[in-house]
Formats: sequence, structure tokens, C-alpha cells
Amino acid sequence: MTMVDGSDPFLASLTTVEMPIVDDPSRDQPRKSPSFRASGVVEAVGSMVSAAVLGYVVCRFFSWGGLMGPGLVTAALFVGIFSTVIRESSGAEAAADRVAHVLILVLALTAVLPLVAMVSFVTLKGLAAFRLGFFVQDMAKVGPLDKGGGALHAIIGSLEQVGIASLVAVPLALLSAVYLNEMKGKMAKYVRFMVDAMSGVPSVVAGLFIYAAWVVGLHQGPSGFAASLALIVLMLPTITRTSEEVLRTISDSLREASLALGAPQWRTVLGVVLPTARSGIITATLLGVARAVGETAPMILTTRGSSRTNTNPFQDQQGDLPLFIYQLLRQPNQAQVDRAFTGAFILLLLVGLLFTLARLAGTSRRK
Amino acid sequence: MSLGSGLVSFFIVAATLGYLLWYSWPVLHTNGLSFFTSSVWRPTGTSPKVGILGLLTGTVMIAVVAMCLAFPVSFALALFIHEYAPKKLRRSMVYVVDLMAALPSLIYGLWGFFVLQKPLKGVAHWLATNLSVVPLFKPAEDYASSTFIGAVVVGIMAMPICTAVMREIFSQVPTEHCEAALALGGTRWGMVKTAIIPFSKSGMVGAGLLGLGRAIGETIAVSLLVALTFAPKIGILGLGGSSVAATIATQFGQNVDTDRALTGAGLGLFVVTLLTNMAAQSIVKRSRQQ
Repeated sequence: MTMVDGSDPFLASLTTVEMPIVDDPSRDQPRKSPSFRASGVVEAVGSMVSAAVLGYVVCRFFSWGGLMGPGLVTAALFVGIFSTVIRESSGAEAAADRVAHVLILVLALTAVLPLVAMVSFVTLKGLAAFRLGFFVQDMAKVGPLDKGGGALHAIIGSLEQVGIASLVAVPLALLSAVYLNEMKGKMAKYVRFMVDAMSGVPSVVAGLFIYAAWVVGLHQGPSGFAASLALIVLMLPTITRTSEEVLRTISDSLREASLALGAPQWRTVLGVVLPTARSGIITATLLGVARAVGETAPMILTTRGSSRTNTNPFQDQQGDLPLFIYQLLRQPNQAQVDRAFTGAFILLLLVGLLFTLARLAGTSRRK
Repeated sequence: MSLGSGLVSFFIVAATLGYLLWYSWPVLHTNGLSFFTSSVWRPTGTSPKVGILGLLTGTVMIAVVAMCLAFPVSFALALFIHEYAPKKLRRSMVYVVDLMAALPSLIYGLWGFFVLQKPLKGVAHWLATNLSVVPLFKPAEDYASSTFIGAVVVGIMAMPICTAVMREIFSQVPTEHCEAALALGGTRWGMVKTAIIPFSKSGMVGAGLLGLGRAIGETIAVSLLVALTFAPKIGILGLGGSSVAATIATQFGQNVDTDRALTGAGLGLFVVTLLTNMAAQSIVKRSRQQ
């Protein structure tokens, strides 16, 4: 779902929609609805301007202030004016088409606006308070108002927790994916259903589970490893499903060739299927790690965070990057909030990097 | 061995149910059915009494308002990527949507808290002044940290997952249907209306449910944005809202009794999200097999 865009059937289907159906391209072209046309833009912009002017006049007349009221009035006027203009020139059907086009365009662009806003906001705020010492100091002896201090303890914690979680979750998820796609056992249907259902389980519930089962149930106390356990629960379904999708794209003739040479199924899987799917599996892993690295809620319950460096993930509370941000953010002084912003910037960078690497691994596979 | 690893997911779900039940049993036992029907929150003291009705309704309210906002936007965005966007733009739009799905909720919460809070307070004020006829928009004294503000940010977070599923659903529509609609002289919107929407209607419902499941479990952003309360309320614009997940994140670790009560609430949350997801998955799957 996330990374198989190249093999998406809809990319192929879309090209066929706009291709000429008959051989002679000069005649019988299928009706095209071009997405960009000068006269269309003139009509749209013209309607927008007149709607804005009319909206301004109306709002002055009824003396409506603020932004919301006039904005809504102008938007409604725009839809009215624009559809009337098109209806006059090309009929009601075309008017509906064009209004829908503009609305979809506007909504789609609004939808991606938060990403731009978010990334630029966190980057600006994070860079403002950024120092190199952030990577080599922890918060053990730093008072809330002191200068300095950093996220060394949190970065070490994050690396260990996510590292351990990946070491367990990736092989386990691969085995599950192999079961789902290679063995095709009787249970596969139910397992897939369960994995899908599990992928939507809130992360805080995974934290609660590990808290009840490990921290309290087995009297282990909070530790970095407990956080890893919770991350395993969260990473398993993601990586399983993405790698299963990857395995599915591998051509059956490869498997058949190996089986025809007399190789048993386990050798086919190990020697042919998995190596062929390598970059896809890397993509799945990186996506899983990118998700795990930002998880905050389960950490609150399992490791509780810490301000000093603890390199042993199996004992005592341990900090990590999301907890570092979350806990400092809720403190009432600017120095701490600034540290949180720097941490958030690094987290954003990390997730963006992992995600982009995952994408690159996914595209190089197809070349 | 492979089958064993496949069964791990069954094991995890069963163990989660079992352990949450075990840990919260004392609270569930003493409160009985009123654990689900009352909204008193007094986990400690001489006569402890706990009910999660207010928490659950508040959670569902945030999620439903979030999806009311996110669903139309997801629909438009998925349609834009599938049908309207120029080919060059399409790839980067897919990248952007998937990146939005991958970003941690902590970042959304942070941004919502520092950037969105203020303008949304203005919007809430406007809604309360002009649309107070609607019971949901009951005027309040303070419009900060409300269900509404939390829901907007949760909606922004649920939007990418909803969009990705819808995009996949749209791509299942047979090309012949679209071509037929266009060949009959239909406009692009006409084609969407007569070919794409009827074919993918149930899948879209599934996508919405999937987003709802995500929205119900949203923790960190809500805990940063909403002033958490325990009593149910109708207005969404005023200060305060309830969320099971966010309450667990903020209140956990004070004392054993509170932890047990919160675990009970978490059990309720787990069951609700599991059922929502299962329903969504089977709807999406059925629409895929059409």
C-alpha cells in the first residue's frame, strides 16, 4: 500500500484512459478533459475576483467582521458565480464538472498544506536552538534554566530500543510473510486478517500490554528492553504486511525454476525468493523502523524516561528521543521547550531520512 | 516454524486481552457493569468507584468529528491523485501522503499545540457565535484545549491513511467502466459519479472506518492538545474533552489503583479498535474481491 506505487495497477489503468482507442490518431480522439486550459483559468480567476469583490461588499453591508464569515460567503459566492459562468457557455453538465474540479483541487492542496507547515515550523524552531553539544551531553546535571544539556541519553536509548526491537521483529515478520505468501497454509487467511487487525491497535495499548505482562507481571520493572517489546508488537504487523506485498510481486517462474531443479521449498525461499525481494524487504524494514522511532505512548508506560545516560537497556529506566521531546515540551519554561524543539527537529530529520531511504530502496528494485 | 511465526499475531492479541483483563480485574470486579455505564472517576480513596462511559464517549466524539473533517478531504485528495493530477505531480503527491502517514503523532501534536491552537480558537468562537443552534456548537467560556481542536489535528493525522486506502480502492475500478462513461460523452466528474463512486462505495466506507480506528487510538497529539476530563459532555467547542488513550498516557504511573483503572479503560479501547479494524478490513477486502 505504501511503497508499491510502481506496480500499482492504477498507473497503468490511467494511461489507457487517455490513450487514443483507434489507430488513426487524427480522427475519433476520445473526449479529453484537459486539466489545464487558459480559458478555464481565466474563468476561474475571474469568478474568484468577482466573488471576492462581491463578498467584500456584502460583508461591509451587513458589517460582518473577522475572517470566517467573509471567507465562507466568498467561497459560496465563488461556487455560484463560477458554475453560472460555465453553465452559460457550456451547459449544466460541464458546470458540475468544473466546479467539482476546482473543489477537488482546493481540498487536495489544503490536505498537503499541513506537511509543509509542520516541517517548516519544526525546522525553524529546532534550528534556532540547535547546538552541536546537543549530541554529546545529557540532562543529568542540567537544571531547567541552565544552558547546555542535550539528548545524548535519549539518542542512545532510542538506538538501543529500536535496534533490539528490529532484531526481533524483522526476522519474525519475514517468517510470517513467508508463511502468508509461500506456504499459503490453511491458516493464512486468518493470520492475514489478524495481522491487519493488529496493525490498527493503538500504540498505547501495546504499552499497556507490556506493562501488565512484563513490567508488573514478571516483576521486571521499567527498562529499555520493555520498550523494545512494545515496539516489537507495533512493528510486526507493519513489516509483515509490507514484505508480504513484496513477496507477492516476485514472479512464480523464479520459484518454479528453483523447484524444478530439485530444490526443496525452504531452499527456494532462502536462495531465490528472499534474495530477489531483498530491496523490497529493506524498504519494509525501514518503514517499520521509521514508525517505531517516533512512538511515544508505549514508552511512557514501559521505560518512563530518564535524564541521565543509561547504556544498559535491560536495567532501569532509560530515556529516548520521543520521550525526551514529550516530557520537556510539557514543562513551563522556554529553555526546556527549546530543547524539545531541537529534539523534534532531529526526530523529524530521522523519520524523513528513513522514509526517503525506504523509497529509494523501493525504486532501485525496479530498475 | 513459519506457521509458528504466523500464529504470533494470534498469540499477541490473545495475550494482550488476557493480561489487560488480569491486571484490571480488581477494578472490573468491584465496579461490575457500572464500569461501562457510569462516568465517575475516583480510583483511590475509601470507596473507589470508576466508570469509563465519559472517557469512551469522548474518545468516539473526537474520532467522529475528526473523520467528518478528514473523510471529504481524503476523498478529494485520493481522487485528485488518482484522476486529476498531472502525471509528474502524482508521484510526489503519493510521496507526500505516505510521508504524512509515517510522521510521528508527537510532531503533529507539537505543531497543533504551537501553531493551530490559536486560529482554531477563532474558528470555534465563530462557530459558537453563529451556529449555536446546533447542540454540538454550544457556546462556552473558553475555547482552548477543546474536543474540536483535538479532533482537527487527529483528523489531519487520520487523513493520509484514509487517502492511501481510498486510492487503492479507486485503482480497483475496472478501466472499462471509466472508458465507457467517457465514451458516452460524460465529463470527468460524470465519470467519477457514475463509474468510480458506485464501484468503490463500500470500500470508501471501509477506508473511513480504518481512519476512525486510527483516530480512536490517537494518544500523544490528543494529550498535548486537549484538557482531559472524565465526564461526558455534548458541546465540542468548550475547554476540555475526554480520550481513553490520552488519559492513559498522562495519568499512568501515579499509584496501583489508578493504573488498574486505566488498564481497564485501555481494555475497552483495545476491544473497540480491534472491532472497528476488523469491520473495516472485511469491508475493504470484500470490495476488493468484487
